[in-house]
Amino acid sequence: MKTGWRATVLAAYLALLLLPIYWMLNMSLRENSDIMSQLAFLPLHPTLQNYAQIFTDRAWYSGYLNSLAYVSINTVISLAVALPAAYAFSRYRFLGDKHLFFWLLTNRMAPAAVFLLPVFQLYTALGLIDSYIAVALAHTIFNVPLAVWILEGFMSGVPREIDETAFIDGYSLPRFFVAVFLPLIRAGVGVTAFFCFMFSWVELLFARTLTITEAKPIAAVMTRTVSASGLDWGLLAAAGMLTIVPGALVIYFVRNYIAKGFALGRV
Amino acid sequence: MAHIELKAVGHSYLPSPAGPADYALQPSDVVWEDGSAYALLGPSGSGKTTLLNIISGLLRPSVGRILFNGRDITELTTAERNIAQVFQFPVIYDTMTVFDNLAFPLRNRGIAEPEVRARVHKVAELLELDRDLRHRASGLAADAKQKISLGRGLVRSDVAAILFDEPLTVIDPHVKWTLRLKLKQIHQEFKLTLIYVTHDQAEALTFADRVMVLSEGRVLQIGSPTDLFERPAHTFVGHFIGSPGMNLLPCALDAAGVRIDGHTVPIAPALLERARQAGGELTLGIRPEFVRCRASADADSMQAEIVAVEDRGNFKIATARLGPHLVRVKLRESESAATGPGWLAFPREWTRLYAGGNVVG
Amino acid sequence: MRKTFDNRAWLLVLPVFLLVAFNAFIPLMTVVNYSVQDVFDSTHRAFVGADWYREMLHSDRLQNALLRQFVFSGLVLLIELPLGVAIALLMPKKGGWAASLTMVLIALPLLIPWNVIGTIWVIFLRPDIGLLGHFVDHTLGVHFDYPTVPLQAWVSVMLMEVWHWTPLVALLAYAGLRAIPDAYYQAARIDGASGWAVFRHIQLPKMRGVLTIAILLRFMDSFLIYTEPFVLTGGGPGDSTTFLSIYLVKLAVGQFDVGHAGAFSIIYFLIVLAFSYVFYQALQRVGTGAAR
Repeated sequence: MKTGWRATVLAAYLALLLLPIYWMLNMSLRENSDIMSQLAFLPLHPTLQNYAQIFTDRAWYSGYLNSLAYVSINTVISLAVALPAAYAFSRYRFLGDKHLFFWLLTNRMAPAAVFLLPVFQLYTALGLIDSYIAVALAHTIFNVPLAVWILEGFMSGVPREIDETAFIDGYSLPRFFVAVFLPLIRAGVGVTAFFCFMFSWVELLFARTLTITEAKPIAAVMTRTVSASGLDWGLLAAAGMLTIVPGALVIYFVRNYIAKGFALGRV
Repeated sequence: MAHIELKAVGHSYLPSPAGPADYALQPSDVVWEDGSAYALLGPSGSGKTTLLNIISGLLRPSVGRILFNGRDITELTTAERNIAQVFQFPVIYDTMTVFDNLAFPLRNRGIAEPEVRARVHKVAELLELDRDLRHRASGLAADAKQKISLGRGLVRSDVAAILFDEPLTVIDPHVKWTLRLKLKQIHQEFKLTLIYVTHDQAEALTFADRVMVLSEGRVLQIGSPTDLFERPAHTFVGHFIGSPGMNLLPCALDAAGVRIDGHTVPIAPALLERARQAGGELTLGIRPEFVRCRASADADSMQAEIVAVEDRGNFKIATARLGPHLVRVKLRESESAATGPGWLAFPREWTRLYAGGNVVG
Repeated sequence: MRKTFDNRAWLLVLPVFLLVAFNAFIPLMTVVNYSVQDVFDSTHRAFVGADWYREMLHSDRLQNALLRQFVFSGLVLLIELPLGVAIALLMPKKGGWAASLTMVLIALPLLIPWNVIGTIWVIFLRPDIGLLGHFVDHTLGVHFDYPTVPLQAWVSVMLMEVWHWTPLVALLAYAGLRAIPDAYYQAARIDGASGWAVFRHIQLPKMRGVLTIAILLRFMDSFLIYTEPFVLTGGGPGDSTTFLSIYLVKLAVGQFDVGHAGAFSIIYFLIVLAFSYVFYQALQRVGTGAAR
């Protein structure tokens, strides 16, 4: 087993990969004045003050709550509409099916920049600006095609005979779907939810443009840390660290399904 | 060509096995004679693939030593052992032509190109692949691909043994027998030691000179197909081999024989004595082919109730109820039987006794 | 999968269709509208036909941005693909805690909001408070000031981009590698194949599917990139790191030049559409087999 040198190189890569993140952790545990005064590999006077400020200042923590809110809403909506659609693509041929699938794909690839202004105007006209639902809906442009795509892949792995047996046994389509089918594609649902979460959580352009104050995501809040004395690096770093936490948690929970999801290659 | 010996070889997939139940293969001694064709027969999970992989070197046994021609090769890698293995599904190098596939093992060992060409052509001709040599290997049918896998083993002149792990699994049934014939032909021509793992007894019995039956990690019997058929060493062997398998009837010791359902089946005194000494649960075994079934009573016969007669084409299977037991009888096409009372007799020369599963005497 | 023909399946697809149409189709129509009109204000607009398109296609700035974009995406592929495959080869083959841990750590950059990515690197690259910035500036002696030196800006953006997205390629490649049955490696050992031969004849061919997807995904996504480089360099110094999306947003939202932006958007979208089509075709040839 020549794991020796492979493990070393891999460990080196992981260390380099985590270095910038570690550096931000370092910053987050120091006061801004301390940061500006000297460069130190380890925080010499560590303090949790930055985190404390974020947790107590409504302007800050509301940003997180807002982000979590619209990301969750988006994941639920995306899954809810994608599941029946994916089933249709998996089991049926219908008029325009290939074209529809392709059109969905193009939306996954659409440059956000192209849609930014018109979407903003549309949502303003509908009075949706600065609400969770606005961002959640906007993110479905790329998340729903992705969800349909991933789910269709998993669903195609379940033989049609199972559906037919259930129908012969007297199940209606909705009941079959919930009682029989969903448990079989559990992994697929997990992977889809993960990717919907991920792509919605990290997206900034729509999230910032469609919100003003009420639903402002943490990403946008972070851009406002400029004060009279310049940028508060410590605070900024702490805010950044906290944005990594939900992502790390989610990926930990679905780690077993990720390999399968990537294997389908539909990310 | 190699004489392969396994000394006290056993394997456990667990890091620290506690008892026999933790071993996928129970430690035992096995010998494979040079140039013979062996079949490893057994149900799934019996340890056949484990045993095969230990011989090829893909698996290092937890205990024991392996010897090729008297030389201890336990520490040698797979490539150094000079064996070839054909897997359950065809393993070929997709991007290469058939020629390059066959040449691969030779080129890796630095054989000169003219010799590579000569050997590849010889093997390709033997396997009837010579017309496909220039084609991409990935486009061929499953049986051709398996032939390529086999060919990669045959091109090497120094190969000690060829191991087969259920190689006909993905082959269409009507092509299977041509491949089996080809394997027999190769065996006769090259006189290599061949070890063939299968769960299909028909395959094992037609292919091999000697069959090794495994169950739950233990080698139960090694013998010719005839041995296994006529003198199974274990109730499992009796039951597994034959279609239908051996009749196994629980019985009890008696003065002149064994008792089944109130009848006494006569047994030779010497055998009876050995059964008594062996102890343990006693089972009488007799193959359906050897049970005598008549419409009227005669000496030694027991009355039974024939409950079903199935016509299977060129033979019939009659199922008779003897007390609480069911006995199957295999009748030739010409013999007749009808439901209703019948008389069964167990000829002494075909009746076996098993104590605790193992044959007595 | 036997699929039966049944137009009632449209009922199942309708929610998706309506949702995406609402979010994509309507705005797209608005964009087309802008691209062929000169909008003075909400009540005064004039139809100008293909004027905006003509101006954009001849615009130097657009052509430069396009060129920059292709160079960027090309470099992305050139670096991230071999690197991702190399990492995938290094990752533990068997499942187990080591594999899980490695996957979680490697995937971490993928889960960070894109502006935070930019922020991390802004901090990391500063000569006064950033580890790398300080190292380059003081230890290597190079005057490191990427906001003013175009080459340094490019290097910084590339470094950030590779750091951010190589894990995606690595995870895709890893999934492809894990799918290879053991028997292939066993046969290669029996055939005496070297490590390089195993890579060339077994691993690489069997990763064809996932690598195609990786190539197309990374090319497409890098073509649309906005947030990370915007946070890091703002598109500067000057125009040197202004990629297509950054330029478009400047036009549309910054200058509110909706006419030009509209035409630009359509051109941009058509380019993306062309690539999507290639992607779709490649997927059809490679993709559905991956579902097993």
